[in-house]
Amino acid sequence: MTTKFTPDHEYIRVEATTGTVGITNYAQEQLGDIVFVELPEVGKVLKKGDEAAVVESVKAASEIYAPVSGTITAVNDALNGEPGLVNADPEAGGWMFKIEISDVGELDKLLDADGYAELTL
Amino acid sequence: MRYLPHSAHERAEMLGIIGAADIEALFSAVPKTALKSFKLDLPDHSPEFVVEAHMRALANKNQAGGDGPFFVGAGAYRHHVPATVDHLIQRSEWLTAYTPYQPEISQGTLQMLFEFQTQVAKITGMDVANASLYDGSTGTAEAVLMARRLTRRSKIVLSGGLHPHYRDVVKSYLKDDADLVCLSPSPEGQGDILEHIDDTTAAIVVQTPDFYGHLRDLKSATEAAHAQGALLIVVVTEVVSLGLLEAPGALGADIVVAEGQSIGNALNFGGPYLGLMATRKEFIRQMPGRICGETVDADGNRGFVLTLSTREQHIRREKATSNICTNSGLCALAFSIHMGLLGEAGFVRLARLNHATAIRLADALEGVPGVTVLNETFFNEMTIRVPQPAAGLVERLAQRGILAGVPASRLLPEDPEVDNLLILAATELTTDADIAALCAALTEELA
Amino acid sequence: MSMNNQGRPTGIGTAGTGASGSALLPDEPLLFEIGDTEHSGVDLPEVKLATDRLGGFGRNTKLDLAGLTEPEAMRHYVRLSRLNHSIDSGMYPLGSCTMKHNPRLNEKMARLPGFADIHPLQPASTVQGALELMNQLSHWLMTLTNTAAVALSPKAGAHGELLGMMAIKAAQEAKNEAHRRIVLVPESAHGTNPATAAFLGYSVKPIPARDDGTVDVQAVKDALSPDVAAIMLTNPNTCGLFEPQVIEIAQAVHDAGAFFYCDGANFNAIMGVVRPGDLGIDAMHINLHKTFSTPHGGGGPGAGPVVLSEALAPFAPVPFVRKGEKGLELVEHIEGEALGRITAFHGQMGMYVRALTYMLSHGADGLAQAAEDAVLNANYVKARLEHVFSVPFPDYPTMHEALFDDSFLKGTDVSTLDFAKALIDEGFHPMTMYFPLVVHGAMLIEPTESESKQTLDRFCDVMAELATDAKSGNAERFIAAPMKAPRRRLDETRAARQPILKWERPEDLPQAAE
Repeated sequence: MTTKFTPDHEYIRVEATTGTVGITNYAQEQLGDIVFVELPEVGKVLKKGDEAAVVESVKAASEIYAPVSGTITAVNDALNGEPGLVNADPEAGGWMFKIEISDVGELDKLLDADGYAELTL
Repeated sequence: MRYLPHSAHERAEMLGIIGAADIEALFSAVPKTALKSFKLDLPDHSPEFVVEAHMRALANKNQAGGDGPFFVGAGAYRHHVPATVDHLIQRSEWLTAYTPYQPEISQGTLQMLFEFQTQVAKITGMDVANASLYDGSTGTAEAVLMARRLTRRSKIVLSGGLHPHYRDVVKSYLKDDADLVCLSPSPEGQGDILEHIDDTTAAIVVQTPDFYGHLRDLKSATEAAHAQGALLIVVVTEVVSLGLLEAPGALGADIVVAEGQSIGNALNFGGPYLGLMATRKEFIRQMPGRICGETVDADGNRGFVLTLSTREQHIRREKATSNICTNSGLCALAFSIHMGLLGEAGFVRLARLNHATAIRLADALEGVPGVTVLNETFFNEMTIRVPQPAAGLVERLAQRGILAGVPASRLLPEDPEVDNLLILAATELTTDADIAALCAALTEELA
Repeated sequence: MSMNNQGRPTGIGTAGTGASGSALLPDEPLLFEIGDTEHSGVDLPEVKLATDRLGGFGRNTKLDLAGLTEPEAMRHYVRLSRLNHSIDSGMYPLGSCTMKHNPRLNEKMARLPGFADIHPLQPASTVQGALELMNQLSHWLMTLTNTAAVALSPKAGAHGELLGMMAIKAAQEAKNEAHRRIVLVPESAHGTNPATAAFLGYSVKPIPARDDGTVDVQAVKDALSPDVAAIMLTNPNTCGLFEPQVIEIAQAVHDAGAFFYCDGANFNAIMGVVRPGDLGIDAMHINLHKTFSTPHGGGGPGAGPVVLSEALAPFAPVPFVRKGEKGLELVEHIEGEALGRITAFHGQMGMYVRALTYMLSHGADGLAQAAEDAVLNANYVKARLEHVFSVPFPDYPTMHEALFDDSFLKGTDVSTLDFAKALIDEGFHPMTMYFPLVVHGAMLIEPTESESKQTLDRFCDVMAELATDAKSGNAERFIAAPMKAPRRRLDETRAARQPILKWERPEDLPQAAE
């Protein structure tokens, strides 16, 4: 299992060819209290960089882009009732969607943990 | 100039502190060719009494509703507004406040909006309402767009009973849209909308009472729409009818849009009016316009704020649900005060009084030779067929001091079949003497 | 009649601030907690009713609407009103909102029965005075802007923008130029601009602002192409600056076959002094509620007539007034290129009356003086405070607004928001914050022409004192603010996460008996 990051502060945790996507702890701190998460439909096919989800704080709405191309296989319905999970536990309970990766080669272009850490210094 | 506080001396002193030689120096970014390079062909300032005389002269050239028998409706209705309403909305704290962006010092406006939203939700029978839109017609266009977002489908079917101006506004908002189906006018109350619903339909739009006054069957419309996964948008142009007719929400409506002018707001020659919009709880994030919600302050006391604002243009910019940037705040206040004064008991009595007056009007019109009342059902408005073009008839009756209603041809000039149709409304302000005067004049004109 | 509020998620104020529930700053229960379904403040006769004309569609469900008698209603709404700040009670320097004095003559005139009690569908022969008023208002607006036509009907500024951009779209379609799909919008623009362009299916191309806060004609030229439909440019812009290259920008836009939509939200700074038509605009909405002082009413209604150039005039919507054989007539239907109708009736007549009254009161000389005083006041605030705060764009004199950034708060624990909330405790409405977005922690102050030098001096003294206090490390005063308002800071996160959008009857509070 590896975790990769985008410069837009999304993480993707990869197991075999499935990635679990959410926003990083740094991102949730910047956004403040999350009040709503708009999740994609299961089965939706996305290209890398397509808009996949929207997170809203009281004063801002931010798009979450697909870090890789693929098909949405699951979404975290718990966020509908409790969007604050993204703040409380962004990289575990606050995950947003799972994506079946169509081209694992795209993962190579993402940042690793050290690279991302450097970005947010 | 009575509105400008500075004396010449103060202006000079301020320019000195700024370090500017003269006022022109502060306009130095303006291209020389454009700065005061003209003489305006407009009068200079005037005392209050001179302006008042000018405006009164204009006002006196109009025939006001109270000047004689009045039966004009078709989307705007002449009702009594209690004196309390107009007194209260002129209080400085209501009239001269801005949008409640600083909730700590805007709790009056915010709590009023919360009460307003509750009233709108209750009369429409819906879960939630917004803090108002410009008017019923633009609200209808917004509802259509909202239905498209919700269903991710695009076909919209407008009933032939929808107010023609509302239809025209929807057409403008959806310009060149092949997926907009506008059914032909249906002055006899006939409805064929159900046949047009298919699995690409986002929503059907049904008005009740419709443009011609007929009451429409919302239950069948709901069932037919929902069977195909489409939404039902209900339009109400006479909001007083909701005191007597079943709430659209109770009949399955998904979005209700209403013109709220009848409660608390004068005719004003067409504006400002008040767009009401209510919907189901699960659709709220796609509803346009401001929304007020309850919360607590730092001390735990109940308070109100504008909420869910990430839907709006100032945050989402090009991804907003609508470009709307305001509501109809003072009209909403007038509505809310009037509705608060009425309460359930008063609102129901008002609706019953309107309907009872309309029945007397219909019965009297039936007795005028040459007149046919088209409606089997109505609330406070009906359509009659006369043996000559209605527009000329209305003009001649106006010269007798009677404002007899709206010729359908005024709104549907492209449709010769409606030339002889006249739409008349009666409200609590319509007296038996008004009805008698109308019928006597009609009898003479049609003889 | 008394009702408790048990079962409510929250209650009216009982704890905390000295302000809460005191004699002169009342807490007020909800209408539904005071009234009930049996009380009414309107006397109406009960009538016997036959229901056969209702076709079986009569109401079976209860409305559950609370009513109040007249004295109860009077007290409820008066007490609520006292929880609001308003122009009449204190300075309201909200940048871009133009909170100027609202003359009461305007209100009186709008209530004349000849204006308030006329129906939009009465025969034209019975509303000649109303049509004449629309004509006179149009004449003033066209003269002040030096333009060829005006569409009065838009209900608000954003509605006017929509109409103006629809007219541009229609004009280009008429020229077979529907391929123009891009609209240029400077980054400093108000959010309605990109929202309007996107609404009409355009893609929005942002134009970066120059370091001096204005738009660079070269940046516009670089962005122009045969696919560009229009530029939407605010002038004076949202930073309170007059665009010095506006004529060159208009020229470049026209050379590329595109149109110049001017957001006229800030026309109040230049009315009677500069005519936008002389700058090359093709369409511009005018917020009657800002420039011509129709009241803001707690957030509307406004009015947003749009002036149009010769090129766009044929694409104006219905209705409009023209001279006919029998006097003035209202054109409600036309064939051809016009874009149709954008609202049910003729627009905001109530606002037309107020705006024309305001114009006649001021006259050409008074409007110019008002614009100059608005600019004078903003520059005075800027001059008095530029040593206390930092001015992000010092190169030009400001127009009607003074803009500062938050660099003076660096190293303190105070944010722009905290600073603004502290102003409330000093009796002022906060300035506009965090807008325009191109300035960090922006504070946009628009004093308007209505404020006296005395008030401006007091405001500047308070601002300076607060800045000194913030820099001295006294963060507590700011973070806790406001302390003296009817409410402390409100929990917006809670409101958005668990929306409560209407009053729900508590379970232990049944409706009145049948």
